[in-house]
Amino acid sequence: MLNDNRAAIREQAATLETAFRNAGALHVESDALLPADTLLDLYGEDIRARAYVTQDPVLGERMLRPDFTVPIVERHMSEGAEPARYCYNGSVWRKQDAGSQKASEFIQVGFELFDRTDPAVADAEVFALFREILPDDLTVGTGDIGILRAAIAGLTTSDKRRAALLRHSWRPTRFRQLLDRFGGKTTPIASRVELIKAAKADGIDTLIKSSGKFLGLRSKAEVHTRIESLINDVDEPNLPSGELAVIEAILNLDCTATQAVEKLRELQSDLPAIAGAIAVFETRLAALSKHGVDVNTLAFEGSYGLTSMEYYDGFVFGFQRGEQVIASGGRYDALTSVLGNGRDIAAVGGVIRPDLLLGVA
Amino acid sequence: MLKLGVPSKGRLQDDTIAWFAQHGITLERTGSDREYAGLVSGVDGVQLVLLSAGEIPKELAAGRIHLGVTGLDLIREKLLPWQEKVAVLAQMGFGFADLIIAVPKGWVDVECLEDLDAVAAQFRKVHGFRLRIATKYHNLVRGFLQSKGVADYQLIDSQGATEGTVKNLTAEAIADITSSGSTLEANHLKILNDGLILKSEATLFASRFADWNDDARASLAQMQALVKWDDITL
Repeated sequence: MLNDNRAAIREQAATLETAFRNAGALHVESDALLPADTLLDLYGEDIRARAYVTQDPVLGERMLRPDFTVPIVERHMSEGAEPARYCYNGSVWRKQDAGSQKASEFIQVGFELFDRTDPAVADAEVFALFREILPDDLTVGTGDIGILRAAIAGLTTSDKRRAALLRHSWRPTRFRQLLDRFGGKTTPIASRVELIKAAKADGIDTLIKSSGKFLGLRSKAEVHTRIESLINDVDEPNLPSGELAVIEAILNLDCTATQAVEKLRELQSDLPAIAGAIAVFETRLAALSKHGVDVNTLAFEGSYGLTSMEYYDGFVFGFQRGEQVIASGGRYDALTSVLGNGRDIAAVGGVIRPDLLLGVA
Repeated sequence: MLKLGVPSKGRLQDDTIAWFAQHGITLERTGSDREYAGLVSGVDGVQLVLLSAGEIPKELAAGRIHLGVTGLDLIREKLLPWQEKVAVLAQMGFGFADLIIAVPKGWVDVECLEDLDAVAAQFRKVHGFRLRIATKYHNLVRGFLQSKGVADYQLIDSQGATEGTVKNLTAEAIADITSSGSTLEANHLKILNDGLILKSEATLFASRFADWNDDARASLAQMQALVKWDDITL
């Protein structure tokens, strides 16, 4: 009988699962066929391009599990008590781009930690565990999306502008576009200038009325509110160039973790709001040191994980062999807050690809 | 035999027949009007296959027809990556249609994608779900909006009468093909000024997966001499 690599991958996965269980994790299983609406609400339309969607005449739209995070978090919320450590070992399915050599079905072995007592300490525990389990020859990368988020939250500008920047912090091109716009570096959108001129001259309601028959679920009141906020936004001063420079400097950080702390301390005078995030960063580094991680050589990038790990909002890490990401993880408190309808659940975790680890994928 | 797939009815069929006639190739339906068979003269060894325009991309990709006439929009939506499955032989100069994004005219605050994105965020906050865009071009629209950094929307499948979905409150905006814009106008919709996703026209495609035996190649060479297109490798 022919045996392909799958048996070897299963064995590798079992070894990783055992390591996670030895670290105190409860092994959990999840359905492979998940309700699509939760995933769509969480990840947006883009998930349809990545996950396999199927239609059930009774149950409605279903998705083949694209990752374990959602089912694990949901299960934890319904029956888990903190602190909790979970591990899982099973297949996930992802559509790949045309021409891609990447597998569309593969095994993920993961570990998730729910513990709100000290997030920085929890971050360190997860990272140290992955570092211990994985071979030494992999390239390690780390970042902290919490620092960028703190910087955005501390910008001297309107709530609306801060919210827009936070919302697009995972889309680098769009984020930069917004930064340039708010920094006064691009000319305002012509149609918007016209709109504001007309609204000021004739009044917002007249303007809406002049468009003829009004259709659709989005109400006149919503249009009215948005035009008002556009008018207010015109008077909003440009983002101070010093603060823009801080954002730029954070995104460009590419050094060791300890050097990053020093550089961030320097930036703090221009944007004091990042002090809290730096403190968390330092606590994490101290906790990592206790686990025997040499933070003086640990690589740190300011924009690490900003494009590929959409739902992470704090500490992020990855282990690579060349371009291949063998393992990745991070903190995703914002995601659990959406899933829990605002309930506050601190979560950090990561996954390993046993196939890529074996180098047989 | 070289199999040529042609739309089975309507304006697109009439224009296709006229286009081939201009190039000295006669396509004739045989038997009754309702019979899906035909004769080709002017080029030897060509069999006419009458198909729904929407089926032609799939038939080309499967290699069941050698050549096919359909819109670039359908090819780009249904075949990924399309260049690896079909080759463009000739753009035919009719069936012009733009795939666009349109929103209600009453949205006087929305003229471009950046507005649409901002409104999507506002809409989700107010209504608790993502702004719905009705379309049948899921891949093209999703790819376009992703590349433009528009978030917080969802696509709703609409296989026809898409312009009516906004009035019927089943979608907030639409992405559909338009030629004159009069249907949009009648449904109180307007096109975003940077909302052009794709310009499409009727196109003669060659399948890269059909059986290109000597006979089929000989027929193709005859047709190329009449229609005149640049050499391509199949």
